[in-house]
Amino acid sequence: MTPRKFARRYLVGIIAILVSIVVFLVPFAFVVLTAAKDPKEAGLLGLTLPTQWQFWQNFADVIQTNNYQLLAAFINSITLTVVSVIIMVVFAAMVGYLLQRKRTRLNAIVNFFVLAGLIVPPAVVPTIWVLQGIGLFDTLPGMILIEATFGLSFAILLFRAFVATIPKELDEAAVIDGAGPMRLFFRVILPLLRPVVVTVVVVQAVAVFNDFTGPLYFLPSSDNPTVQLTLYNFQSQSVSQFNLLFMSILLIAIPPLIMYIFFNRQIVAGMTSGAVKG
Amino acid sequence: MTNAAVRIQPASPTKTPGLSGKKKGKGLRSPYPSWFYIPAAVLYLIFFALPTFSSFYFSLTRWTLFSQTFIGFGNYVQFFETPALTQGFVNTLIYGFVTSAAKVVLGLALALLLTGATFGRGYLRAVVFFPVLVSTVGVGLTFKALLDPFHGVVNNVLGFFNLPQPGWYTDPHLALLTVAGVDIWKGVGIATLIFMAGIVAIPSEYFEAARVDGASSWNVFRNITLPLVRPATATVIILSLIGGLRSFDLIWAMTNGGPGFSSDVIASVIYKQYQAGFFGLSTAGNVILFIVVTGIMLPVQWFLNRREAEL
Amino acid sequence: MNRSPMRRALVAVASVAAATLALAGCSGFGGGGSSGDSNAKTTISWLTQNDAPTVAMAKAMISGFEKKYPNVTVKLDTQPAGTQGDNLMKTKLSTKTMDNVFYYNSGSLFQALNPKTTMVDLSNESWVKNLDKNFKQVVSADGKVYGAPLGTTSAGAMLYNKKIYDKLGLKIPTTWAEFIANSQKIKSGDPSVTPILQSYGDTWTSQLLVLGDFANINKQDPNWATDYTNNTGDAKYVNQPAFEGFQHTSEIVADGLVNKDYASMTNAQAMDALATGKAAQYPMLTGSMSTVKQDNPSNMNDIGVFAIPSPDAQYTSLTMWEPNAVYIANTTTGDKLAASKNFVAFVNSPEGCKVQNTTGSAAGPFATSACSLPSDAPSFISDIQSYLKDDKASPALEFLSPIKGPNLETILIGVGSQSTTPQVGAQQYDQDVKAQAQQLGIKGW
Repeated sequence: MTPRKFARRYLVGIIAILVSIVVFLVPFAFVVLTAAKDPKEAGLLGLTLPTQWQFWQNFADVIQTNNYQLLAAFINSITLTVVSVIIMVVFAAMVGYLLQRKRTRLNAIVNFFVLAGLIVPPAVVPTIWVLQGIGLFDTLPGMILIEATFGLSFAILLFRAFVATIPKELDEAAVIDGAGPMRLFFRVILPLLRPVVVTVVVVQAVAVFNDFTGPLYFLPSSDNPTVQLTLYNFQSQSVSQFNLLFMSILLIAIPPLIMYIFFNRQIVAGMTSGAVKG
Repeated sequence: MTNAAVRIQPASPTKTPGLSGKKKGKGLRSPYPSWFYIPAAVLYLIFFALPTFSSFYFSLTRWTLFSQTFIGFGNYVQFFETPALTQGFVNTLIYGFVTSAAKVVLGLALALLLTGATFGRGYLRAVVFFPVLVSTVGVGLTFKALLDPFHGVVNNVLGFFNLPQPGWYTDPHLALLTVAGVDIWKGVGIATLIFMAGIVAIPSEYFEAARVDGASSWNVFRNITLPLVRPATATVIILSLIGGLRSFDLIWAMTNGGPGFSSDVIASVIYKQYQAGFFGLSTAGNVILFIVVTGIMLPVQWFLNRREAEL
Repeated sequence: MNRSPMRRALVAVASVAAATLALAGCSGFGGGGSSGDSNAKTTISWLTQNDAPTVAMAKAMISGFEKKYPNVTVKLDTQPAGTQGDNLMKTKLSTKTMDNVFYYNSGSLFQALNPKTTMVDLSNESWVKNLDKNFKQVVSADGKVYGAPLGTTSAGAMLYNKKIYDKLGLKIPTTWAEFIANSQKIKSGDPSVTPILQSYGDTWTSQLLVLGDFANINKQDPNWATDYTNNTGDAKYVNQPAFEGFQHTSEIVADGLVNKDYASMTNAQAMDALATGKAAQYPMLTGSMSTVKQDNPSNMNDIGVFAIPSPDAQYTSLTMWEPNAVYIANTTTGDKLAASKNFVAFVNSPEGCKVQNTTGSAAGPFATSACSLPSDAPSFISDIQSYLKDDKASPALEFLSPIKGPNLETILIGVGSQSTTPQVGAQQYDQDVKAQAQQLGIKGW
């Protein structure tokens, strides 16, 4: 191989790897190391190996803080994520399917609203006003409905694009066989949508789990915190306990990481296909 | 993945605000019943459309959630007369455009690297994308520690080489850009991913033809890759600009808009005014953000899609 | 309206945990203890803030109360402090879903809850006669008393390291010029010691030189607070005497008298530096002494308190913060009302005072003569008491006026960081105050 090609392939690669270690892995290493230190050493904020490795001790301490608040927060976050994603997926699939299949004048309006849902920033205080009017402000069900609503647009786009790949002949065949609209959708189409359902679920689950602004506005009192809120509040409580703070950060990073390891392909597909396919 | 044009459906010029998709279907005759729109429509209308439309009204009032007094444009006047709030407006624009531009440039560069024959490609892809998935608050707190002006790793290393050790988020002139930098760190992965998809979608015949013609790498990039990757570029610009203009989490976690008001953006202004109980002013901030985002995005989108069509 | 950590500090005054409580029955998350079988048990609910020290104090208080009144169970509810908590308080009161008893700030925040229409008048309770007159003022509306104190008073003043003062032969300054001169002497006398600490890492701490100066202003112009509230006269921060606070905030940084890392240092770090002698002076609430009690207990008596000096010695006075109070919501009736009144009375009974002393860290004298400080109270409290004895003290502005602009701390950080001049900062704050006054619907704005 020519020296040029060699340089391109190996040298550039090695330089890139080194740079990536410094830029991307050092912060992560910092989190892990600090999570394993004792409070005084953690307060020094150095990128050093802990003199005393107390990872599991910190783990236990963090979980027990404030009466197992972190566990409660995890349960809240997971509940929030699961339920809102289910709602989002079902509703958005219905809309995306209809948008793709049925061409009426309604389509332009619906497309406009979907687009608006992506661009327009939600009006937060009026949303609080609406929630309070319904009596759902500062409750988990209210937060679930909000997350589901905010995630609709992106999910609809993905569904609409994917439904395009299902041949209409299948629909026609099913109708001829006597299937009504419900059966057509739930029995025939939805199973075929599985790949994009998985994608939407994974991408939106990560987004909802990591959402900070939403719970900050709509779930403010700490009776019902999500993990992001707990982490943020922990910052002020743990003024002299950075080791616990970073252990918290580490723990909170784990669910999305798990999602990534198992669903890497779907995440990648979701983030690109929604954009590139249009 | 086909070489489909990147197109987030452009806004219909005949939009009729206020209308919703509530027309009933023609009964069970059609296999595509219109009532499928209804569940999503209900959620959307109650929790998104209603607040958005009412925000225009409430922004013209002094509001306490239980009562409001109409004060006309008083909130907007206050907004632009208070230097702190106007600063937020300016910062939003800076933040949005800086992060977007950086993500486009860096994303494309990384994507080229990662789609070429580079050693360690698989690992690099994973590592670059990983920050996207981590909690924003976690990232903010981590970098706050790393960039601590006196104890942080970054400044310690700089000091070791006798380089200046700036107050990354304590210097009013630097704070906003520091947060922007962390934002870019976190978000460049998606940009890279989208560009990679765009590059991979270019038929290899083009590259082969160029190679046969003896074109240099730079020429290949400039005349083949860059034009043909335009759909991906448009997407990255649009997504990162929307995100950047609306950004809140990272700024809030790292600086709370400080020191002083130097890293406030409209989103953090909205929150601060809400916290202080100035609900009308906060909603006015929301309306301003709405105008900024749509005012920028609609022309940008139109421009990008139009250029796209010229190809 | 106050900034959240400021209030958190006040709450810490009332109740920093001495986590080990010998009192039995403090168990469960948010539950009160329950005694055994009795007929006709009443349950009342008590709402407090959710930070660990307050919760620990609350549980101890409940436990002691239920021992004395076995027929009553107290259910503990918590919510955040800060502006979030303010909104929640107002919401719960207006939707009539408030707990029977609730714990909250006194002064302007108390006024903002509209006590006449939301709380029970407690003027005829037995403990009212023991109240300090300054405190009585801040829990009263239209001459009626609505709250009982829980926690000690605290001062917003200059905390100083007595050892450094002794070593350099410095005397307590009674004018601002003397204070600066002392600071310069510290700087030249011992370069390793920071003359004055600032800790913008905790943003609320930037306000002390302005808020802690109020007693001086009040002495110079007793009508200032009224003028300020009603938008009459010259009572604006852009004018003297109020302007001096903004000037001072900028001056100490510009003169190079503060720590290098003032922009990121936290309150806890600052208290540590002060206690261990790495710094000499720190404008702060005495409530922060609870941090010293926790982290540097052997240095508690090394720290003294003097009032933030006025340019003119005759006006130099100590600015006092009154403790939070327990109130009864007027949706409480019948048996629950009687039980709630007993609970409120218990808080300042001998047993209740004991709980306060054990679970809290005193930051000043009590606001009621019914409670007395333990004999081993730290020496800085006697510094405070001497100002009170000489009548050289006054409550802070927030207890005399309902208006406080929400952006004071941010504006002052800008002033201290030298990115805005004191004039511009004061102008910004006057604007901020105006916005708040209009939002509150106060006449004259």
